[in-house]
Amino acid sequence: MSPTTDTIWRERDTTPSAIEGALRRLVSECHATMRSCVPARTLNLICVVDREWSGEIANRLRRVGRYHASRTIVCAVEPDRTRIDAQATVTVEGDPRPGEFSVMRELVVVQVGEHHLRDLDTIVDPLVVTDLRTAVWSPHGHPEAVDALTTGRAGGNAIAQVVLLDSADEPDVEVALARDCELVTRSEVVDLAWLRCTPWRERLAAAYDPAARRGELHTLSKLSVRYRQDSFVSGLLLVGWLCARLHWRPEQLTRHGDLLRGRARARRGEIELRLEPVDSMSSPGLAGVETRSDRGTMLALERGAGGLTARRREAPKVRGGDVTEHVWTVLGASRGEPGILGEGIRHALMRDPTFEPALAAARRLLG
Amino acid sequence: MTTAAAPGTTPEPEDNPLTDGLERLPVHPTALVIFGATGDLARRKLLPALYNLAHEGALPERFGLVGNARSEMTDEAFREQAIESVREFSRRPADEQVLAKLFANVRYVPGSFDEDAVYEGIAGALDGFDEDAGLALNRCFYLSTAPAFFPVIVDALGRRELARRADAEVRVIIEKPFGRSLEEARELNARVLSVFAEEQVFRIDHYLGKETVQNVLALRFANTLFEPLWNRNYIDHVQITASEDIGIGSRAGYYDSAGALRDLVQNHMLQLLSLLCMEPPVAFEADPVRDEKVKVLRAIRTPHAVEIPQLAMRGQYAHGIVAGEEVPGYLEEAGVPQDSTTETYAALRLEVHNWRWAGVPMYLRTGKRLARKVTEIAVTLKPVPHVAFQSAGISTGVRPNVLVLTVQPNEGVSLSIGAKIPGTRMAIRTVNMEFLYGTAFLSESPEAYERLIIDAMRGDATLFTRNDEVEEQWRICDPILNAWEAMPGPLAQYPAGSQGPADAGALLLGDATWRAI
Repeated sequence: MSPTTDTIWRERDTTPSAIEGALRRLVSECHATMRSCVPARTLNLICVVDREWSGEIANRLRRVGRYHASRTIVCAVEPDRTRIDAQATVTVEGDPRPGEFSVMRELVVVQVGEHHLRDLDTIVDPLVVTDLRTAVWSPHGHPEAVDALTTGRAGGNAIAQVVLLDSADEPDVEVALARDCELVTRSEVVDLAWLRCTPWRERLAAAYDPAARRGELHTLSKLSVRYRQDSFVSGLLLVGWLCARLHWRPEQLTRHGDLLRGRARARRGEIELRLEPVDSMSSPGLAGVETRSDRGTMLALERGAGGLTARRREAPKVRGGDVTEHVWTVLGASRGEPGILGEGIRHALMRDPTFEPALAAARRLLG
Repeated sequence: MTTAAAPGTTPEPEDNPLTDGLERLPVHPTALVIFGATGDLARRKLLPALYNLAHEGALPERFGLVGNARSEMTDEAFREQAIESVREFSRRPADEQVLAKLFANVRYVPGSFDEDAVYEGIAGALDGFDEDAGLALNRCFYLSTAPAFFPVIVDALGRRELARRADAEVRVIIEKPFGRSLEEARELNARVLSVFAEEQVFRIDHYLGKETVQNVLALRFANTLFEPLWNRNYIDHVQITASEDIGIGSRAGYYDSAGALRDLVQNHMLQLLSLLCMEPPVAFEADPVRDEKVKVLRAIRTPHAVEIPQLAMRGQYAHGIVAGEEVPGYLEEAGVPQDSTTETYAALRLEVHNWRWAGVPMYLRTGKRLARKVTEIAVTLKPVPHVAFQSAGISTGVRPNVLVLTVQPNEGVSLSIGAKIPGTRMAIRTVNMEFLYGTAFLSESPEAYERLIIDAMRGDATLFTRNDEVEEQWRICDPILNAWEAMPGPLAQYPAGSQGPADAGALLLGDATWRAI
């Protein structure tokens, strides 16, 4: 691990402008003492967290790997707090060789009360680096803070352009998706539940990419998705994505014990949909996806060592012929759950135009 | 978008509707054959690049690898060697499960490049991959061998009918150097193109796979700020530098037969020059980009023998001190003949004779054992026509603006501008506005070879050199090499760790000076 150097400022009963001034001084001091360090300017990340759980959030942020926001502003919320305390830390990573440089990142922890949340934009505004994209992540709820940061005051621009969230955190899936839908009307949404199904989307796209197989997409008659119990939203979004991409019109799913079943209508016919939870998975996400076509072709992707295990079975090409089956590994390292937040931060700088249609289709599956 | 199908027929979509919005686009199932699979390039670059692509899930859904080299070994032994290469040279720690799976089905075919049995073995391995996959995999042949074997392998691929197939694409990736002279390059092109169509040929210049090199085009054509200035009216001169602080290491055999001009100028540096000077392409696609690049090369006149002493200079590093350590001179390096006249430093002055660039000197220099490692393009603008705040007898410090695109090691862009020094006097000092790649993006740049291998598998030749570009590059360098070969040694020496030969400044016109390395 590369060495880090921290420069810290803290003040009780402070103001946003005092924090902003301190940040400017810290950056100048760091640069003056280490000419080779330069501030990263990639993304502002505002985290709104309950103070009592802020340690856990700090740990998650430490594990994002190389995908750190350049300035992270943690708003630690205490119910009855009336004044603002703050600590700003400038961290320089690495020990550069002559002629090279080190990157400087800033972390501001602002302790605020619940009553500050409705107007949190007025506290945070001076602290974000102007002209950089700003994302807000509020893992402990506090929707009023998210609203304050994503709604422009008096017709002005909102502080945050991106909302980072994890729909899997919301116990009620319908509420989670409704909130996503509301947020996408005014912000870009990066939903970690959606990112958990990205490798599966890539694999399905690749499986049907050879020109000879693209036509099979229009012959699909069955789609099954298996997911870890806490990752239903990811499964639902994957089904929604296929519905949206292939112009299927999904109907409401019905519950049969743990299994959810339903149908989608396509120009060519109906597609049977199944979503099923599994117990034996160590990390959140999907366990497997299976498609079947009305021509007897089956494609199954399952989590496996070193990537996904793929199985493709084809009906005999001639009457009385043999069924052919091919099994192989689609290579790729598991990013693991600690990596998913880093992916979310990285995706805050991108835009995925397929999320909204997938979300709309997923909501139709819920009725 | 999909095409409408006639009733009762299978609709055949034009595009894959599942790829929209994906960061990584699928690549058709592919088998890669590496000739020279136990060599240095394969071990240090190609196999680690394949691992990193696999780690990221960027390899084709079905992927097969065949290695060929002269050493006798089994599939298992080659697998172990490949795994060790990845562990040693990969840019990220290897995930053992991915590593094991990547090489699980690797095939190794031992033998010389001229043995028919080698190609039979390769064909068998490739057919086996197709059979396992239940579909025809595309095939890429990577020629990571000594250049002398390129025509041998290409001919054999043609003879064994491995160069084309009806139901999948076949491509050949050829490493540098592509010939040692214009004549050799033409011969090699003719041999290659007698077997493969140009669209099947991917000539590697790994500089083009570097993100910052591609950023030259982004900087020029994605910003309105620079393009209006990008011409003879505003640009005074250009300096392209590719300096290294290291010596030749264990590459004496190769380097002494090549020299600095062949090693870096003929390929990488002329490619940088073409990207810098080309007109906007109509699309960022292989032929539109390469059409524009080759026009720049064509606009550089073939140097006449009598002009060469004024246009080009060379040198050789002598004993000196680098990073506090004494290092030997080139002639003292192991494996270098004591009377070698191979240049370890080369500098040129070129001019692009077209409407945009006429009269703008383009300086190129490269060398080993210089003060530090840096690759950069420095564009010096013309001075302001009138300094309004000139005071008698006092230099106000106004300097021409310099835009520097650094390719390595600190990838970024820097613009020097004049700013007022705080105080009561109107004194100016040059300050820099800097953009550093490492501070502005979250995504890590892939290694050049990762990008180029996946582009070749995809069939995208934008970042590869076309036959006419290679020949134009040799046309410019050939007369210089011939003139130097005709001149007796010894060469001008420069101390290791220095800025290069003392008289290198003689190439520069007007008040220009070489930028400090």
